[in-house]
Amino acid sequence: MSGKPKLTYFNGRGRMESIRWLLAAAGVEFEEEFLETREQYQKLIKDGVLLFDQVPLVEIDGMKMVQTRAILSYIAAKYNLYGKDLKERALIDMYVEGTADLMGMIITFAFTPPKERNLALIIERATTRYFPVYEKVLKQHGQEFLVGNRFSWADVQLLETILMVEEKEPTVLSKFPVLQAFKARISNIPTIKKFLQPGSQRKPPPDDQYVATVIEVFKKD
Amino acid sequence: MAGKPKLYYFNGRGKMESIRWLLAAAGVEFEEEFLETREQYEKLLQDGYLLFQQVPLVEIDRMKMVQTRAILSYIAAKYNLYGKDLKERAMIDMYVEGTTDLMGLIIVCPFLSAENKEKQHAVIIQKATNRYFPVYEKILRDQGQSFLVGNQFSWADVHLLEAILMVEEKKSSVLSEFPLLQAFKARISDIPTVKKFLEPGSQRKPVPDDKYTETVKRVLQMNF
Repeated sequence: MSGKPKLTYFNGRGRMESIRWLLAAAGVEFEEEFLETREQYQKLIKDGVLLFDQVPLVEIDGMKMVQTRAILSYIAAKYNLYGKDLKERALIDMYVEGTADLMGMIITFAFTPPKERNLALIIERATTRYFPVYEKVLKQHGQEFLVGNRFSWADVQLLETILMVEEKEPTVLSKFPVLQAFKARISNIPTIKKFLQPGSQRKPPPDDQYVATVIEVFKKD
Repeated sequence: MAGKPKLYYFNGRGKMESIRWLLAAAGVEFEEEFLETREQYEKLLQDGYLLFQQVPLVEIDRMKMVQTRAILSYIAAKYNLYGKDLKERAMIDMYVEGTTDLMGLIIVCPFLSAENKEKQHAVIIQKATNRYFPVYEKILRDQGQSFLVGNQFSWADVHLLEAILMVEEKKSSVLSEFPLLQAFKARISDIPTVKKFLEPGSQRKPVPDDKYTETVKRVLQMNF
């Protein structure tokens, strides 16, 4: 049955958040079902809805899609956020893989025992491996968007990443003036601006309850 | 300068192996430059070749591409191994993400301690037989076709064959409960480009040995 895409995940960011961002940026309304109990999860598995027994799950266009990158690529292509040709798509893919790697470090942060957490490494990677790349890309072509002079998935994911890192270290963009301007500019795009306002489906940073829920739902018998 | 794609990586499988498989399956000849010293790596960094300071690096169609998935997606699309439309592409993407996760468990093995290697070995076999192989067996059974998606050879088939062979190297009988995957393996291995890649003398790399592990650690200065 067609209609709005339906997202099944925990009531928190995790790997689903990038999908929420992209749908919102594309101006696509979506529904959400939140995983709260182990029984819900086991029912999803029994019903054969989770291809690899994992969430995120997004029901969209008659498909039960899993695997975050597959879902994001489909949404980007469907809503024209994937460049105009194969080469632009290659650039967008490279850029989103970079931001995905950086966000991946933050996603696992909440599940790492406090003693083993390495915030310094995240900030170091952000400021020496990732942000300089995007600063340079923008500076070199002087355009508003990362690829092809047009808003794309790469811009959405970079903004999401910047905001996530800033939550850990508010001054992290201090040496990246072009990224500061980028952040302001992309945040002002109407669909994004709406997503950044209170009351949207954007989720807050993970708290103890979120972590406890995930652990409980996935715990092995 | 256009011409054959050029791959920069260690002389071993790692994350580059899936790229070698896909190019070979597509019948595309490629060149390789092997990283053997820290100096080589530092020169690539200095010359600005490595967007995120990482390999794999593939020079193709005048781009210096990094990030394994980006490279694989580009090759698949360019050589018509990505399905005929957006929905087939979505299926292929889902399936390769699964085999990527499975192979990812194996790729880290050389870098684990002896004790963790044993634990990881058990995880690999368990996940292969309980989570991943049943999915692909079922897809083949439900569709009754020769290939995973759209009745046409695609990246998903190449990736699954690669994953099957890698897991079989860990446990040779791992396909014993999966008759359709056994038939799939035989069938895909027989495709001329794939068959050629499976023969000795091809650019396919062997199972990682100590020398490979030591080279990677030295070049990337991995201190563990």
